[in-house]
Amino acid sequence: MLKEAIDNVLGTAAAYTERQFPQSVVSCTVPRERFVDAAKAMKRAYALLAAEWATDETPFGGGFAVYACYRWGSEYLIVRTEVPVDDPTFPSLTKKYVPAYRFERQIHSLMGLVPAGHPDLRPWIKFEDWPEDSWPLRKTFNASTPLPRVNGEYQWVRAEGEGVYEIPVGPVHAGIIEPGHFRFQAVGEMIVNLEERLGYVHKGIEKRFESFSWQEGVKLAGRVSGDTTVAHSIAYSMAVEAIAQCNIPERAHWLRTLFLERERIANHLGDIGAICNDAAFAFMLYQAMRLKEMLLRTNLELFGHRFIMDRVMPGGVTADIDENGKKEILKELDLLSKDFERLVNIYDENSSLEDRVRDTGILIPERARELCTVGIVARASGLNLDCRLQNPFPPYDRFEVNVPVLISGDVHARAWVRVEEIRESIRIIRFILENIPDGSLSVNIAQPSPDTSGFAAVEGWRGEIIYWVQAGPRGEINRCMVRDPSSVNWLGLEQAIPGNIVPDFPLCNKSFNQSYSGHDL
Amino acid sequence: MNMSGIIIETLQVVLLIGLAPAFTGWVRMLKCWSQGRTSASLFQPYRDLAKLFSKDVVLAENASWIFRFTPYLIFGTVVLAGGIIPMLSTDLPLSPTADVIVLVALFAIARFFTALAGMDIGTAFGGMGSSREMMIASLAEPAMLMAIFTVSLTNKSTSLARIVEVIFSGQSVLKPSLAFAFLAFVLIVLTETGRVPVDNPATHLELTMIHEAMILEYSGRHLALIEWAAMMKLFVFMALGAALFAPWGIASANTPQTIPMAFVYLLLKIGASGVVLVLIETGLAKMRLFRLTEFLGSAFLMATLGMLSFFILE
Repeated sequence: MLKEAIDNVLGTAAAYTERQFPQSVVSCTVPRERFVDAAKAMKRAYALLAAEWATDETPFGGGFAVYACYRWGSEYLIVRTEVPVDDPTFPSLTKKYVPAYRFERQIHSLMGLVPAGHPDLRPWIKFEDWPEDSWPLRKTFNASTPLPRVNGEYQWVRAEGEGVYEIPVGPVHAGIIEPGHFRFQAVGEMIVNLEERLGYVHKGIEKRFESFSWQEGVKLAGRVSGDTTVAHSIAYSMAVEAIAQCNIPERAHWLRTLFLERERIANHLGDIGAICNDAAFAFMLYQAMRLKEMLLRTNLELFGHRFIMDRVMPGGVTADIDENGKKEILKELDLLSKDFERLVNIYDENSSLEDRVRDTGILIPERARELCTVGIVARASGLNLDCRLQNPFPPYDRFEVNVPVLISGDVHARAWVRVEEIRESIRIIRFILENIPDGSLSVNIAQPSPDTSGFAAVEGWRGEIIYWVQAGPRGEINRCMVRDPSSVNWLGLEQAIPGNIVPDFPLCNKSFNQSYSGHDL
Repeated sequence: MNMSGIIIETLQVVLLIGLAPAFTGWVRMLKCWSQGRTSASLFQPYRDLAKLFSKDVVLAENASWIFRFTPYLIFGTVVLAGGIIPMLSTDLPLSPTADVIVLVALFAIARFFTALAGMDIGTAFGGMGSSREMMIASLAEPAMLMAIFTVSLTNKSTSLARIVEVIFSGQSVLKPSLAFAFLAFVLIVLTETGRVPVDNPATHLELTMIHEAMILEYSGRHLALIEWAAMMKLFVFMALGAALFAPWGIASANTPQTIPMAFVYLLLKIGASGVVLVLIETGLAKMRLFRLTEFLGSAFLMATLGMLSFFILE
């Protein structure tokens, strides 16, 4: 579908590569001036922009390259364009795809490529007190030397007029959450504009990947966002397995799924409790946390880590489950679903809570699509997107995953998608425990051949996580692109807020609950 | 004025200052239990206060005298309010000097200065809290006055001591006007003391706070005084409710020997009111800010109905 759309518009100008794995993900190189045409063709084919990133390909003797990854249903297509070193500009896709707005600011800040025609080139993630010509993702950047500090000021978007006042919130917040700055312009209690400022937890993860071996990299991937450690490790491992063209044992896939679904349940439980707590309904928080804690303790006992960190690696898994473990999980699931259903009843029947969560923080389906949101946010706004359904790996291809899709796009919808997903995950885990095949846990991974790339998309609990890895001239990691769902969904929050009142913001924010760390990298 | 009156007055104020943190501890304890948690000790609020008193005050450079003066003023007004409510006995020397309207005015002064202090430093949150507090005040104060007038009409006095005495003398039994006034009073107590569903005393979530937003810049002994005053305010409102709607057990001038019994009654009544408060707080989520107008509007309506039913039925 997408390939035809590209061919129709670009014809022979699009050069397809065989060095992108898995080969179901089509990748082509287009001339720089046709980059926007490709985006136009994709837009016409109803594709969503999944990610846009840049690579430094000077080790191959070339210049830079900009990649845009599009998604339509279960198809992914990557469009690449080359950018010479002496003229580091590329045409901006912002006018075709809104999320390109932040991707390109990021490319501009970290790789130093200028998106021509971009309306807003303020730094993103990189701070203004860094020297302007330090681009950490370039190969010439030495990450081990400290940077000099320069003076700089971030230009905020301003709203003016009578009665408009500004509320700066953060980056340090009340409560134990990550740092991020939110700036509200409000008239009375009504928010007219919200501007996010992220990047306070920028750790240089993408740069750091380049100094690791393929096997070591998974440890870093597991720490991109601590609450999504399983999904990130799986996505990284699958990308590496793709580029190394290796198949892992069936049992390893099933165990990964088991970890992934347990992570989903634990995080959704925490979120449901936290959403209610932001409406001062603390009862729900403590009860949900109790159930979450039960899961985490079982994780520790069976798999050796509360969040199952470092139990997935390229080639397979390092933790197994025996008959006793299965029994224990089944027992726990019985307890969990019984208590959980009671809590859902309380949530459902409390009218004062309902009054808060309904019609608050609405992200309308049109906008959710325009912003290319993914995961729970997308599914609460009418987009049926779920990699478990569209890009299944075993055992997701063995049964039908019931994906809840709601269209109201409010806080309640986002909470309810979580409720339904917990129910579904419990069902999936039961299926896995009954049918898990025997076999070995892992295989050895071959060294990827030079100048190849691998791609993987995995449905973490927040949504679709994308990893794209590229092997350098010696087969080492030349670039590892991480696209956490938060990279796109933060925009969704920013757009859902105007029109709400200031005291409702924490509730809306909690219902999105995006990762700062996964976004800032 | 007699000697015993002064002793009782002093006793009552000491009781208020001393017992208020325990009552807050009691409410928190019940709240923990209702959520299925183990609770901190009843005396935790005392430790919190002691901790705050031992800390240094951090003052913003541009803080004016209002900011420094407000904690003492709030503490003083609440103590004074406690002095005119018959908790143990109606034999209070201060009582004739201040009736129930003065009581409302005392809380208004405290609120006025808290709002000023909230804006004094000039942070966004302080101003936001002050503006919300004033919006609430404009709705809560008329409703409170209306409810109190209804009770006063029924008992033919605005003096709290006198009201209690009238109820004792049997001239006032259960009346529909009092029932309406009581309902209105419950809504107002939740508002005035900043409890769920109006405000959340446990949150420091920047954007949703009301009372906590105004006092966000306070620290050390200033914060301790404000926290203590908030605890006393809760206690005072419970005691006021007990005096107006369930005054049984309060000693009068003629029967000072029943004061120990009055003390036991007070503990029981306040303890029970804590249970009711926690039941309300656990079962409800916090309201959307603009639902407050409906909430306090219904309080006002209830109080008005009480007054109408007094004229029509009684």
